[in-house]
Amino acid sequence: MRQFLLYFFILAVGIIFLARLFYLQVYNAPTENLFEDNAIRKVFDYPKRGYVYDRNGVLLVSNQPSYDVMVIPREVKPLDTIEFCSLLKIDKADFIKKYKRARNYSPRLPSVFVSHLSKEDYAYLQEKMRKFEGFYIQKRSLRDYQTSIGANVLGYITEANQATIKKNPYYRMGDLIGKQGIEYSYEEVLRGVKGVKFIQKDRFNRDIGPYKDKMFDTIPQKGKDITTTIDANLQEYGEKLMANKRGGIIAIEPATGEILTMITAPTYNPNLLVGRVRSKNFTKLYNDTISKPLFDRGLQAMYEPGSPFKTLNALIALQEDVISLDEKITCYAGYKYGDRFMGCHCRRGTKNAMIKGIQESCNAYFATVYRRIIDKYDKPSEGLDNWNKHVTSFGLGNYLGYDLAVGQPGKIPSSATYNRMYGENRWYSTFTISNAIGQGEVLATPIQLANMTAAIANRGHFYTPHIIKHVEGQEIDKKYTTPKKTTIDAKFFEPIVEGMNLVYKKGTAKYIQIPGIDICGKTGTAENFTKINGVTTQLTDHSIFIAFAPKDDPKIAMAVYVENGYWGSRWAGRIAGLMIEKYLKGKITRTDMERYVLNGNLEEEYAKPYSGESFWINDKSEFQEISLPVDEAN
Amino acid sequence: MRQTDRSFRFDWITILIFLALVVFGWFNIFSASTTLEFSSYFDLSQPYGKQLLFIILTVVLIVIILSLEAKFYERFSSIIYILSLISLLGLFIFGKTVSGATSWYGLGSVTIQPSEFAKAATALAIAKYTSDLQTNIKAFSDQIKLFIIILIPAILILLQNDMGSTVVYGAFFFVLFREGLPRVYLYLAALFPITAILALKFGIILSSIITVLLIALFYLYFLKSRKRNRFFKIMGLSILMIIFSFGVKYIYQHSLPPHQKDRISLWLRLEKDPDKLERMKKTYAYNLLESEKAISSGGFWGKGFLEGTRTTGKFVPEQHTDYIFSTVGEEWGFIGTSIVVILFVLLLLRILHLAELQKNQFSRVYGYGVASIIFIHFFINIGMVMGLIPTIGIPLPFFSYGGSGLWGFTILLFIFIKLDSNRINEW
Repeated sequence: MRQFLLYFFILAVGIIFLARLFYLQVYNAPTENLFEDNAIRKVFDYPKRGYVYDRNGVLLVSNQPSYDVMVIPREVKPLDTIEFCSLLKIDKADFIKKYKRARNYSPRLPSVFVSHLSKEDYAYLQEKMRKFEGFYIQKRSLRDYQTSIGANVLGYITEANQATIKKNPYYRMGDLIGKQGIEYSYEEVLRGVKGVKFIQKDRFNRDIGPYKDKMFDTIPQKGKDITTTIDANLQEYGEKLMANKRGGIIAIEPATGEILTMITAPTYNPNLLVGRVRSKNFTKLYNDTISKPLFDRGLQAMYEPGSPFKTLNALIALQEDVISLDEKITCYAGYKYGDRFMGCHCRRGTKNAMIKGIQESCNAYFATVYRRIIDKYDKPSEGLDNWNKHVTSFGLGNYLGYDLAVGQPGKIPSSATYNRMYGENRWYSTFTISNAIGQGEVLATPIQLANMTAAIANRGHFYTPHIIKHVEGQEIDKKYTTPKKTTIDAKFFEPIVEGMNLVYKKGTAKYIQIPGIDICGKTGTAENFTKINGVTTQLTDHSIFIAFAPKDDPKIAMAVYVENGYWGSRWAGRIAGLMIEKYLKGKITRTDMERYVLNGNLEEEYAKPYSGESFWINDKSEFQEISLPVDEAN
Repeated sequence: MRQTDRSFRFDWITILIFLALVVFGWFNIFSASTTLEFSSYFDLSQPYGKQLLFIILTVVLIVIILSLEAKFYERFSSIIYILSLISLLGLFIFGKTVSGATSWYGLGSVTIQPSEFAKAATALAIAKYTSDLQTNIKAFSDQIKLFIIILIPAILILLQNDMGSTVVYGAFFFVLFREGLPRVYLYLAALFPITAILALKFGIILSSIITVLLIALFYLYFLKSRKRNRFFKIMGLSILMIIFSFGVKYIYQHSLPPHQKDRISLWLRLEKDPDKLERMKKTYAYNLLESEKAISSGGFWGKGFLEGTRTTGKFVPEQHTDYIFSTVGEEWGFIGTSIVVILFVLLLLRILHLAELQKNQFSRVYGYGVASIIFIHFFINIGMVMGLIPTIGIPLPFFSYGGSGLWGFTILLFIFIKLDSNRINEW
C-alpha cells in the first residue's frame, strides 16, 4: 500500500493537469483575431479623403494638414520650458498640467500635448523640435472647406462615436467619420479604405518589429473624389438672399433630378466645424434651439404646402374628368359649405375657369374641384384614397429616396387618417376640404415641393432628386437615372403650366417679372400656428413659392419656403425669381428686387413670440392670398 | 562482450524521455528568449545560447557520472552531503543576491546555485541513512535524525530567502513514508495543510468543526488505536489543530510578507474588494494572468514555433525560466502541453518502477528521492503556471533555463540511472 501513494499522486496530478489544460486551451480557448490580440499593435494608415467638387468642377472641400505636438513622458529630458512654452503659446502652469496629465495616462505611450497647431506655429516649432527630447509632431488630416457655403450639403467629419464603432467594425477609436450631407451619404466613397500595419509589441507596449514580416499588413486605398450636382454660385447667391430669414430652398434640374441648390436658413460656415474649434462651435450650434442652424429646413421641415398644392388638385380633377377646362365656378368671395365658410380674396361673384382659377388662386374654385374628386365615388373614403394615389405619385407623403441622410416623409392623408379622426364612414368631403388648398392634413418638405414642381415641369414624370453627379470611375446609382411616372397623363399638364405661367404674367406673382425669362410659378401663403405658453396662437403666415423656368424646356424647378414671410410673392417669390435669373442668365437685372431681398430682415418677426409684439396679419388670416399692396410692389 | 552488456543495462527509456524534455525545453527557451536581432544559436549573451552550452556540457557531466563506480555514490554520500551543506553555508559570506534570494555564487559572468545540487546530496544522505542496517525508521529518535538531515539544507535555503527551493524538501516525505514512516505522519501531513486552507477560506469556527470531525473519523474508523487512548488523542489533536488554525490566521494577517499574502489570497479567492483585485491583477497576479492568457491563446494546435505573439512580445515575465510552460502552451497548444505532461508522468512512473525493482535499499530509497523531487517540481511549477496553486517560483526540471538547475537535475537523475545499471551486481 505504501508504495502506491506516490504512484497515486503522480497519476492524479497528471490527470488534473490534462483536465486543466483542456479547459484552458480547448474548452475556453479564445477565438483568434489579430485585431483583438493585445500583443499586436495595429497602426492604421489613413488614406487621403476624397475631394468634393460642385457641378462645374469648382473645388468645395479638400484636406489640410494639422499638427499635434505629442509627448512620451518617459523620454522627456530637462528642457528650456520658457522657450518651449512661448513656441507653443502656453504658460508654464499649463505646461505642467498637460505634462502631468500625459504622465498619468502613461509614461511610455504618446499622448497629445497640444493639438491642432496653426501652420505658422508649426513652422517655427519644427526647426526647434530636436531640442525637446520626448516631444514630437504628428501630422493629421483635417477637412479644408474652400467655401463658406453649403454646410448642410457638405456636412462635416468628426470622430466616430461608440455606437458607430459597435455597429461597424471598420471604425476604431479616433477614426473620423462623415456626419450629415455628402460626408455622411458618401462616407465610404470619400474615406477610401485605411491600411493597417501589425506590429509586435512587448509587455511594456514598446514596438519590437513588424509582425510576421508584414504578411498581414494592408496598404490604404485612397478616397475617391466626388462631383456633386450643386451649383456653388447659385447656392452662394441663395444663401445670401436668405440671410436674416428662415426657411428652405431647393432647386432641381427637372431633366435629370439633379439638386442644383439646397439651402437652409439660418445656416453656418462649414469651417466652424474643423479642428480645434469644432466641439465648441458644434455645442453652440446644437444649443441654438430657437433658430436651429443644424436643422435642414430644405429637407426636414414639414410645412403645409399651401396654394402650390392647388396645381395638383387641378391635375387630378382633369385626370379624373370631374371638371372640364372651360367650366366656370362662381366665387362668393369664398366658399360656403354647411354653416362654414372658406374665405377667398376674389371679388364676390367672380367666375373662374381652371386656368384663371390657378392664376388667381381661387379658393372657391379648388374647394369645388376637390369635393368633386372625393365625391366622384360612392364613398368619400374611396374618393380620398384615389386622390391620395395621385398625390403620392408626385413623391409626396413619403421619403423621396434622395441621397442625403436627413428628411421627413411629409404627410398626405388617406381614408385611414380620417377613419382614425372621425370614425369609419363618419366623415365627408367637406371634413377634408382644407386639403383643396394645401392645408389641413397635408404636409410637405421643400424638397418634395421642388420635386413636385419638377414633375409638372417635365409634364408627368420626375427623377429621384440626388446630390451626386459623378464619382471618379464609378457609375451613379440607377435609381437616379430612371424616370418615375406620375399617375397624370401628360396632356393634362399644359393647361396647368399655362395657369402657372399666368400667375407670373398676370396673377399673384406679377410683380416679380424678369425680362426675358418665362417663368411658371405658384405662390402660396400658409397659416402658421404655434403654442405660446400653452395657448395656440396664429403667427405671421409663411411665404411659399414654387416655380420652374423656362416654360418650355425647363432648366430649373424650385420651391422656396420663407417662414413667417407674410405672403407668397413677398419673399419666396422674389427670391425664386432672382435665383432663376441668376441661374439662367448668370446676372441680375432686377437689382431693385435684389436690394429688397438682401436688405430684408425677418428677425423681428421671428422674435415676436418672445417679444410679445402683435401679428398684424392675424386680422386677415382667413385669406389664403393677399394681393400685394401697391407700395410694396415697387 | 561484457562491456556491451553493461552499457545496455542503462535504462534507455528514462534517458530518452530525459533527452526529449531537454531538447523540447531548449526550443521553447529559444522561442521565449530570442529577439529580432538573432545572430547565432551560440550567442552567449542570450539565454538560448547559454542553455545550448549548458546542454552540451551536460553530456560531459553524464559521461562522468556514468563512468564512476556505482558504489562510489553510496560510499561518499555523507561527504557529498557535508560538502553541499558547506556550499550552502558559504553563501552567507560569498553569496550573490539575485531578485531577493542570496542563492548564487558569482564567478565572473557565471553564477552557480548550490541549492540545485543540494537536493541530490540530500537524497543521497537520506538513502544512506535509511539503508543503514542500524536505522529503524519506526524509532522516534531515528525519525528525528532523518528530519534533521532534511531540515538542515531546507532551513539554510529558507534563510537565503529562497522559499521555492525550500518547499521542495517536503518531497522527502514520500521517501520516508515508503520506507516505513508511521502512518500518523501521513495524516498529520494531510491534516495541517487542510486545516490551514480551511481556516483561511472559511474562518476558524467552521474549519475547527470540520477538522475535529475529520480527526474523529480517522481515529474511529481507520486507526486501530486502543480504546483508552482514543479519546485523549482526538481531544489533544483537535486542540492542537484549533491552536494551529489561530496561528495560521494570525501569521496570514500579521506577519506574512505582503507578496506572499496576496498570492495566497488570490489563490483561495479571499479578496472581494474589486479595486484591490484590480490592483493585484497589475502586480502580484500579473505573471499568472499573462501566463494563463498565453496558454489559452495557444488553443488546440498552438500558434506554431516562434509564432506566439505573447511569447515574442515577452508578455510573461520570467518566461524562459519558471514560466517556460506558458511558451509550450502558446506555441504548441494543447497537443504540446499534454505531451509534456505525459512525458513527465511517464518519466516519474518509470523511475518509481525502477526504484521498486532495486534489491539494494540505498538505490531504492535514492530512486524514490529522485522521483519525489522531480514530482514536486513538476507539480508546483506547472500547477503554478496554470493557476492551480499559489505562485511558488521553482523551475520545471530539464525544461527551464538555468545551468545549475539543469545540471542539478541531471546529476540527480543520472546517479540513479547508474545505480540502476548496477542492479544486477547487487545481492
